[in-house]
Formats: sequence, structure tokens, C-alpha cells
Amino acid sequence: MSILKVEGLTYIYGEGTPFRIAAITDVNFEINSPGLTAIIGHTGSGKSTLIQHLNGLIKTEPGHVFVDDVDIWANEKEIRDVRFKVGLVFQYPEYQLFEETVEKDIAFGPRNIGLDEDEIQQRVVWAAKKVGLTDELLKKSPFELSGGEKRRAAIAGVLAMKPSVLILDEPTAGLDPKGRDMLLDCIVEYQKSENAVVLLVSHSMEDVARVADNVLVMNGGRLAMFGKTQEVFSRGKELEKMGLAVPSIMKIVSALREKGVNLPDGILNVTDAKDALLHLLKGGEPNA
Amino acid sequence: MLNNITIGQYFPAKSVIHRADPRIKILVTLLLIVTLFMAGNFTTLLLCGGFTILSILLTKIPLKMYLKTLKAIWMILFFTAVLNVFYSTGEGDPLFKWKFISIYSEGIERAVFIAIRILLLLIISSALTYTTSPSELTDAIERLLKPLKFIGLGGAVHIFAMMMSIALRFIPTLIEETDKIMSAQKARGADMESGGLLKRAKALIPIMVPLLSSSVRRATDLAEAMECRCYNGGKGRTKLKQLHLGIRDWLILFFAALLLTAVIVLNTLPVI
Repeated sequence: MSILKVEGLTYIYGEGTPFRIAAITDVNFEINSPGLTAIIGHTGSGKSTLIQHLNGLIKTEPGHVFVDDVDIWANEKEIRDVRFKVGLVFQYPEYQLFEETVEKDIAFGPRNIGLDEDEIQQRVVWAAKKVGLTDELLKKSPFELSGGEKRRAAIAGVLAMKPSVLILDEPTAGLDPKGRDMLLDCIVEYQKSENAVVLLVSHSMEDVARVADNVLVMNGGRLAMFGKTQEVFSRGKELEKMGLAVPSIMKIVSALREKGVNLPDGILNVTDAKDALLHLLKGGEPNA
Repeated sequence: MLNNITIGQYFPAKSVIHRADPRIKILVTLLLIVTLFMAGNFTTLLLCGGFTILSILLTKIPLKMYLKTLKAIWMILFFTAVLNVFYSTGEGDPLFKWKFISIYSEGIERAVFIAIRILLLLIISSALTYTTSPSELTDAIERLLKPLKFIGLGGAVHIFAMMMSIALRFIPTLIEETDKIMSAQKARGADMESGGLLKRAKALIPIMVPLLSSSVRRATDLAEAMECRCYNGGKGRTKLKQLHLGIRDWLILFFAALLLTAVIVLNTLPVI
């Protein structure tokens, strides 16, 4: 059984005008188990268009999107229900806040599902806690919050719908390093606790290496690679050709390998690299 | 869903009309509109029609684009024509009579006449906006209104032009922004397509509030950016692109004037 499956997806912007652009061309992939998949790609590679197809904001034409093996457009009238299952957090989601209080804004999604008041209240508190918003902030107007708090409030608004597939478009853009790490931790925590499929669009290869189980690479509107984070980043030369980079630490590791240092596979971050190097320096067996 | 608004949209292409001086284009458009209203019989109207068709062929913009603008106003066109059919009286016997409704052949003639006139008006004005970018357009308006400085309105002209260019500049941005906010709220299950009037009006709040707040933010940002670059109104400001009139521009103006003269002359002749 597949949780999310995309089949033959093509989308063209501005058909019949001089601004005609093929945003994505024949994209196919399938996600069968919960986990965090990062979507990377150069600006304009079709990432945003792709994710808007996944919750039915853009009609698949031609192509199909299956969620839990059901074509999301099978019943056009129920497309709204798909959006509760597939939560989408846009870039700079703080600009979509509109209610008088943060609490009411987070409740917007659950209320649209049609839950009863008790359940809504429960979910608001739960979602706020997930993203680390304090109770007193819930009573404030969203326009009084700081940038980072606004961002987290907006994300909580989507989490409160408890989607089984959560998609985030560059959720950490414009945040300071501390805020970025905190937000990423929240997302990872959500993925684990809800056993969800999380898709994360990101430009930060360090972030991707840190949190992603799988990586999906878009290039020129086509799916270029899809596989385990480790596998994708081991194809550094190809990634560079697409205008993408691999995390700095992986560059160092592969440079060391070329010099004959026998480092094991699977090094994605600084901690792993440090451990492996110390192991070697202390005279341990290589590839242990 | 919002990207099918075409009125007032620039359509880049390489044509004589695109390259022509925007001031001349505005003047010629005005001249053509005057001519259209001067045209009193079908002969002169057909002459205007011929000129219009020739002009839009010269713009090298697909006819489909012009048809698209018609889609937006065909209702107005239809009702004006229908009203004219019913409200005109003629000298001869009515073609059709039922209770208080009577239709005369003059009425039908009039309706067709007015419909063609509105159609041509619309085509001519869309040809102007299709072939002239918003910045060219405001630039030309500012230049054309310059004589107002003799009655002490020199500063106002610049401010007006600046306001217009900013407004025009932000139309696509705001459309895009609205689209984005709508998508974001839809992603949270906002329902904008069903329900009664009140429910639909309420459904607009999640869109209007963020849109308003982001417009204010954009306005503040823009004002600050302009201040940072020492913007202080039109005084002593020079243009990056100087407008120059070439022989092509004078020719275009000449043909438009010729058309006006022809229409005036033909109007006085007895109807053929």
C-alpha cells in the first residue's frame, strides 16, 4: 500500500500566452512508509507547483495523485477532505494569519473539518505545544507576535488538523539559526509522534542532511533523483550540475576519501564525521 | 483562477505598434475614439472598422487575446443593443408589435450600429494597453500632461503619474498575493465556493485581512525604499528612457488624422 503516489504529473502555466512555461513534466514517485522526505531543487525547478498538486490546490491535468491508494480527484466535491489529510504549509505562512487571537487562528482549520468545540480546543492547545507557543501567546493578536512566533503559530494552524501527510515549503526561510533548529525539531517530532509522511522543501543542504530520511531532487521541472539521503548526497557531482550543493561536511569527507582515508559510508553530519575520524585516529579498524 | 484577467495587460511582441512612441499611441487612441463618435453612418463606421482591424493586425498580437477581452463585456454589449432595439422608434410601420413593445427597423439598425461602436472602442483601447507597458503608459501621460504646469499644477502631474505607475505596478503583485493567500486558506479547508451570500461574505475575511495587512506592509516598505534613494518628487528628476518622436510616429498620427478628416467629410455626404 502506498501512502502517497504521484503518476505522470505535468503542469503548464499560461497555456496559450507568450508566458507559457512547463512548470513540471512527467513526475512519478511513490512514498510507502512514514518518514521525512526533503524536496530539493534550484529556484524554478517546479517544487512549489509539485506540492500544490498533492493537496488538490492545482488540478492534476494530466496525471494522478493518490493518497492512501485513492485518487484525490476521484470525487471532485470532496477535494476539501483531501486538504485535511494532506496539510500544506506555504512559504512565509505568517502572512496568512487573520483572526483576532492566535488561538482562533489555529482553530480555523479544525473548525473547517467540522469538529466539536471540545475537540477543537484540545487540538489548539496540542498544536501550540507542538510548536512551542506558550498559553499566554494564544490569547494575543497574531499581529503582536514576533516573526518567529508568527511562523510557528501559522504552522500550528496546519498541525492542528493532524494531517497524515504534512508538506512544508521552506518553513525555516528567514529565521535565525536558533529558530531554524527549533522549528526543524518540531517537524521531526511531529513526524515521529504522528507516524506521518512529511515532505519538506528546503534550500539548506545542512538541514536536509540533518533531518531527512529520503531526498527528492527536482531539476528543470523533472524528477531528477529520489532515494535515501545518503545515496542522493553521494552523487555530489550531478547535484552540482543542477546548481545544488552537498553539505560542506560531506564535501570534506569525500575529499578525505579521495586522499585515501578509509571513512565508512553513511556520514551525513559533523558528529558522525568526528566520531569516524576519532575512531580512525585512535587506531580503530576502518569501516567498523 | 485570477490569471485570466486580461484588460489592461501588456502583451510583449515585436511590432511597429509596440515600438511606436507611447505619447503618439495615446493621442491616436483618443483621436480614434473621437472619430468613432463622429462616425454617423455605416459607411464611416465601416471605415473606422477597417482602420481598427488593420491596426490590430499590425500589433502582431493573436486575435484570441482581443476576443478574450470581449468575453468580459459581452453582457454590456448585449444589453445596450437590446435596449436600443426596444427604445427606438421609426417612421414606417413597426416590424413587430406586441402590447407596448414595438420594434422598428431603425431600432435594429441603431442597435447594430452602437454594438459595433462599443466593440471598436474596446478593441482600440485594448490594443493600446496590449502594446504599451504600464511604465511607458504613465511616462507618456506625465509627458502629455506637462503643459498643466502653466496653471501651477506641475508637481501634481508628477505625483499623479507616480501614483498611477505604482498602482499599475502593484496590480499583478496583489493578484499574485491574493492567489497565494487564497491557496493558503484553502489548504486549511476554507470553503469559498458554497453557501449563501452571508456565508460567502464571511469566507472573504480570511483573505481580506491578510491582504490588507500585507498591502500596508508593502506600502511602508516601498515608501522607505524611495526615501532611501532620496526621492523628493518630480523636481529636477530626469528620465532613464527619453522619448523621441520618429518618422514612424508622425506617420501613425498622420493616418489617424486622415481617418478623422475622411469621416467628417463622408458624414456630410448623403447616405449611399
